[in-house]
Amino acid sequence: MSKRARMTLDNPYLPYPVRIEQIVTETEDGNLKTFRLVFLNPEHEEKFRYMPGQFAELSIAGKGEIPIGIASSPTERGFLSFTVNRVGVVTAHLHNMKEGDVMGVRGPLGNCYPWDEMEAKNVVIIGGGFAFTTLRSSLVYLLDPQNRSRFKDVIVVYGARSPGMLLYRDELWQWEKRDDLQMHVTVDATDDPDWKHHTGFVPTIVKKVVPSSDSSVALVCGPPVMIRNTQPVLEDLGFPPERVFLSLEMRMKCGIGMCGRCNIGDQYVCKDGPVFSLAQLKEMPPEY
Amino acid sequence: MTAYRVYSKEEWTSAVKALESHYQVFVPVKDGDFHLFGLLSEGKRPDFDFQNTHLSPKSIVYPQSERMFEYSLDGEDPDAHMLKEAPKDFSPRAIVGIRPCDALAFQRVRVNFDTPRYRDPWWVSRFESTTFVGLGCNAPEATCFCTSVGGGPFSEAGLDVLLYDLGDRFLAKVLTSKGDGLLKKALGGMEADGTLVRQAESLALKVTEAMPAVVPVDGLKDKSVLELFEAPFWEDVAFGCINCGTCTYLCPTCWCFDIQDEVLGKSGDRIRNWDSCMFPLFTLHGSGHNPRGGKVARVRQRFMHKLKYYLDKYNEGVQCSGCGRCVRSCPANIDIRQVAELMNSL
Ligand SMILES: Cc1cc2nc3c(=O)[nH]c(=O)nc-3n(C[C@H](O)[C@H](O)[C@H](O)COP(=O)(O)OP(=O)(O)OC[C@H]3O[C@@H](n4cnc5c(N)ncnc54)[C@H](O)[C@@H]3O)c2cc1C
Ligand code: SF4
Ligand code: SF4
Ligand code: FES
Repeated sequence: MSKRARMTLDNPYLPYPVRIEQIVTETEDGNLKTFRLVFLNPEHEEKFRYMPGQFAELSIAGKGEIPIGIASSPTERGFLSFTVNRVGVVTAHLHNMKEGDVMGVRGPLGNCYPWDEMEAKNVVIIGGGFAFTTLRSSLVYLLDPQNRSRFKDVIVVYGARSPGMLLYRDELWQWEKRDDLQMHVTVDATDDPDWKHHTGFVPTIVKKVVPSSDSSVALVCGPPVMIRNTQPVLEDLGFPPERVFLSLEMRMKCGIGMCGRCNIGDQYVCKDGPVFSLAQLKEMPPEY
Repeated sequence: MTAYRVYSKEEWTSAVKALESHYQVFVPVKDGDFHLFGLLSEGKRPDFDFQNTHLSPKSIVYPQSERMFEYSLDGEDPDAHMLKEAPKDFSPRAIVGIRPCDALAFQRVRVNFDTPRYRDPWWVSRFESTTFVGLGCNAPEATCFCTSVGGGPFSEAGLDVLLYDLGDRFLAKVLTSKGDGLLKKALGGMEADGTLVRQAESLALKVTEAMPAVVPVDGLKDKSVLELFEAPFWEDVAFGCINCGTCTYLCPTCWCFDIQDEVLGKSGDRIRNWDSCMFPLFTLHGSGHNPRGGKVARVRQRFMHKLKYYLDKYNEGVQCSGCGRCVRSCPANIDIRQVAELMNSL
């Protein structure tokens, strides 16, 4: 094999080509879409081994790359899915792409939720807004028949501004019906008289429905205000900071700890994170 | 036993010339008021009579702008939208006359690009194809402080050969097999005797002992990162800074980059460019949130990265080789030596 060919294989910047198989508009404002991507080359799918909590760089030739949490679960075979909020150059372009179009995926990147540590414990999943993506991945993974028995109770609190802003609605209502998890869906407010779920902010619902912190691990993902207000609630419930895990966001380019922009103190969010325990964050400069 | 060779200055010039059939040879050349590294093959005349080059040789291993990939956007092309490696030249190169601080700088940068989990294929390939022929410093500048940060005017770290300027000749000390290979390809010179070696050693000792006052960094490792981050002096340190980015572009140990796509007609390139933590866009989120939106936060990031985060992460010294370029060129006279002292004595 020539030197050049060998390097191409190892190049951590080179995206795998994928085809957009399906696009689903998730929210009533049309700003969030889920893209289901299929690898053009089955070998690449083999190499793309991931765990819930990791992310990938979505690459669009001519536009650039964006780091996006992996919303599918490794237990779902044959595709990857990503839920993308439209904000700027690359995300807006992606929103205008069509099923069948070719793009790229680079990863998996970053660390995952602490799956080893969660084993034989209760898992409390707390999500807000469109940050439910890697939590969906986690939930699908946890509920897989191969995995469910390795964990104790699964409690989920997921909230959005309004019913129309919730992600993955069909799945949410399926999960509500199951008896091997406790699903709590909430909205800030609604004028729908038939709304059968919670109303109120996520931290309030957490306080109401999470019985204790005994033998439990919490995964928290959401907008900054939700994260801020959930922390004292978890503390009151007795969660030590070592058992609360957050997924952080910073502007990124390389995704592999080299371009230097996503650091918080000496940690690169792209490589050493994006998942950090609250105990770790307390030791890091508050610059995020 | 370490091998030494000695060359008269004329001999050395033709020896370097002879390297050209084996390497791309980069040498210090005079450019206006400054010295810079230039390619011998471009007809540049090597000039080894300089203190340090205005720009470090960083770009020889890590170009300021570099094509990563190329692609077609033409719907007719079956490979449209798929990225392909841009062709690159990794043929052997030699940097002849690199100062010890700049060689040390490549070592300090290496831990970023050559890691157990990922290797930057371009940086690593260029680095590995480069032979570093150092030139010890007989006359360090007032802004030099290499001895404070683990280097020295005759430091051998990161070098394959070290040259001593003995007035009318160069004594070449072979440090690695790569360096040995290079000198075998350079013509002329002869084996040096012990008298010359002792002369070189006493020169090195004399110059090293006369280096300007030491900048203290010995206490940084044990300081609390949060206390340093919250220290009261950052406002003052940052006061004059205009966020021009000169310090980071000139710095041989700064490595940050940006990635951009550029399109012309139906084809495009993904390129990377040096970037700087001094610019607000460096950390701006798509949502408008910016964790380092203010100047003080950015100046603090630069010094904290160099003098604390890097030290904590790799335990291989600070991310500074003491070359003094940022001190000399900052339009606001911000001096890393003073900041190191503030941090070290907090
Ligand atoms: C680990 C991680 C997971 C993420 N997961 C999701 C997700 O599941 N869904 C989702 O919608 N968004 C997610 N984001 C945020 C998303 O990456 C940004 O919204 C996106 O990069 C904006 O790109 P743009 O080109 O549209 O915006 P522009 O403002 O035009 O940004 C230009 C470029 O800057 C970088 N950039 C800008 N904002 C961000 C940002 N907030 N984070 C990282 N890089 C940025 C990107 O390289 C981007 O292409 C995640 C971010 C991180 C770090
Ligand atoms: S060179 Fe000086 S003024 Fe310019 S960004 Fe650096 S510290 Fe600030
Ligand atoms: S921080 Fe300044 S003195 Fe240190 S290596 Fe960079 S340019 Fe040279
Ligand atoms: S995104 Fe480049 S270092 Fe993290």
